[in-house]
Amino acid sequence: MERFHAWRAPALSLLLLLLFIGAWHAATLPTASRQVVDPEYAKLVGAAAATGQKSAFPTPAEVGAKIWQHLKEPFYDHGPNDKGVGIQLAYSLARVIIGFLLAALVAIPVGFLIGMSPLVYRALDPFIQVLKPISPLAWMPLALFTLKDSGVSAVFVIFICSLWPMLVNTAFGVGAVRREWLNVARTLEVGPMRKALRVILPAAAPTIMTGMRISIGIAWLVIVAAEMLVGGTGIGYFVWNEWNNLSITNILTAILAIGLVGMALDLTLARLTRLVTFPE
Amino acid sequence: MSGFSDPFQPDARLSHGCGCGRHASAAEHDAALAGAPADALTGRVVEGAVMRALFPRDEMRRGLLRAVGAGTALAAISSLFPLAAAKEVFAAGSGKLEKAKLKVGFIPITCATPIIMAHPMGFYAKHGLDVEVVKTAGWAVVRDKALNKEYDAAHMLSPMPLAITLGAGAKPIPYTMPAVENINGQAITLAIRHKDKRDPRQWKGFKFAVPFDYSMHNYLLRYFVAEYGIDPDRDIQIRVVPPPEMVANLRADNIDGFLAPDPVNQRAVYDGVGYIHTLSKDIWEGHPCCAFAASKEFVTQMPNTYHALLKAIIDATAFARKQENRKQIAAAIAPANYLNQPVTVVEQVLTGTFADGLGNVRKVPDRIDFDPFPWHSFAVWILTQMKRWGQLKGDVSYERVAQEVYLATDAARLMKEVGLTPPTTTTKKFTVMKKEFDPTQPEAYVASFAIKRTA
Repeated sequence: MERFHAWRAPALSLLLLLLFIGAWHAATLPTASRQVVDPEYAKLVGAAAATGQKSAFPTPAEVGAKIWQHLKEPFYDHGPNDKGVGIQLAYSLARVIIGFLLAALVAIPVGFLIGMSPLVYRALDPFIQVLKPISPLAWMPLALFTLKDSGVSAVFVIFICSLWPMLVNTAFGVGAVRREWLNVARTLEVGPMRKALRVILPAAAPTIMTGMRISIGIAWLVIVAAEMLVGGTGIGYFVWNEWNNLSITNILTAILAIGLVGMALDLTLARLTRLVTFPE
Repeated sequence: MSGFSDPFQPDARLSHGCGCGRHASAAEHDAALAGAPADALTGRVVEGAVMRALFPRDEMRRGLLRAVGAGTALAAISSLFPLAAAKEVFAAGSGKLEKAKLKVGFIPITCATPIIMAHPMGFYAKHGLDVEVVKTAGWAVVRDKALNKEYDAAHMLSPMPLAITLGAGAKPIPYTMPAVENINGQAITLAIRHKDKRDPRQWKGFKFAVPFDYSMHNYLLRYFVAEYGIDPDRDIQIRVVPPPEMVANLRADNIDGFLAPDPVNQRAVYDGVGYIHTLSKDIWEGHPCCAFAASKEFVTQMPNTYHALLKAIIDATAFARKQENRKQIAAAIAPANYLNQPVTVVEQVLTGTFADGLGNVRKVPDRIDFDPFPWHSFAVWILTQMKRWGQLKGDVSYERVAQEVYLATDAARLMKEVGLTPPTTTTKKFTVMKKEFDPTQPEAYVASFAIKRTA
């Protein structure tokens, strides 16, 4: 039975993919032209407009060709507003990682504090509850106005959106450490620092890592939107720039790249979570 | 003698010794003055030279100044001799660039042609500048990045520097507009499904898009529909949509039309989504649209860089004016680094031989044109429309704001240097949809409209 599963699942995935591409191909087959316009006019407009239609959605073959073109040359640099997909992804990743690490630096200590002290928890809770549901992009105009730098503002937006899941999860993880373990630590007269690092941290680590995994997922979702707003560099800017050109093939390429990178980030943190989890 | 002493001080001696009398020698006096800003000092040198030429005998000058006062004397002499112009020439002549690496922001539309083409076609390099032209996502972002000094100068809509200076929709910061980029070059585009609704009176309930609240597009569209008896606030809906997103919205039937900069209009035709209803030149022939703008701080603190930059742009504008260069320009600015559009779309906009979306090829060579001169009367007209639609409340000192923001003197001088003929005045009358505008009567003009939002 187990052996069947090993190849059946990927086969089914492949079948679904082929079905999807086939349906896409069928849906985008060119329709016969209904209307003929004079050749001088036809030269000035797109192929679809020349036959009295709106420009069509690209076929899978066109998108495939575009992806191949990007794969052949992912790191080209034709000036400040035209760089390869690889470079754009690197910019976005750098922003996400910086914002994410800064958020971790704040969220984990503060989360510890909140988790260990019911007083601090109650005092900070209203603020967290109000700030948590705010869409990170709503911070963007405020950040641009106060931080006066679009690059820093983008990182700030990542920071603020990664902060809350990590903070809440850390507090929860720390608060949920088993009473018995803490009691054992107290009986052995362990110092507060040692207790935090040797007892609470290992116990709460899986929950903290889950918070980090949620955070990085959100951060990667948000960076695309943030870069579409501020422009300049990054995969979000690439999408915006191609939207500007109404180039659906390029946008589809970018969407695929965003998905793959997001999956890689998620898998990395899942792997890390498994490392810090121990069997009881 | 000190070249930096104020020649309008009756007690200052221009011929010998320390001018203010507080220092033992002229050298010591100069050392004390060295802390003063450099441009004020060069101004003094020019004033001193003029005063010495006018009054060879120092007693005469002192007598005059004591009798009438420095202010009157300054005014009298300025009327004989263009002191301000002389000071500017002197400042411009002193050469060295304060900063050679600059960042200039732009929105990917053909209005920005001079700012963009100056990069691939080498106009910035010709004037000793290393300029990075940065594509920006929308007008609000251009404004914020310019105010945050991420950009040294930027492509803006011609009403924006006025709005920023007056603090309408932004915090008030003295802003300047040394040059207009383009005149004409916009259009009203309607969705192809409205191809039978040519008469604006049939447009009630339509949803229109404009690029920004403080834009010529907004004012021209409002003016246009109001002339047909449609109230732009009540009968139709006008929403702000960044130019790149307009065609996508039109395609999705989210909007019925837009008054937009090119290449957006032509792109809608290219994709078979819309048709060009009215070119903006048929609303107001020769209207300004986009502009080159910089903060007053940049203009005053880096005068040489500012002059070099402005000259590069006016030089590029002069090149863009010539019809025979337009195809070459289209090829230079169409790639992904700049406009990111098919070359034929940009070419149709710039050459004025274009498909109108209804199956006709139209030839309008002046569909877009380039003229850097920032007429003060343009600013006054824009201010009247801000007043008309309630963006400005209370009294507006039209003439003063126009002079402060639209730097006509600089543009005129640099236009001469690159071989253009600047006009001799800074105000002119013009007609918008057959109605004459007299820049000396702005209040009466605002009052003359039937549809307005002046409370």
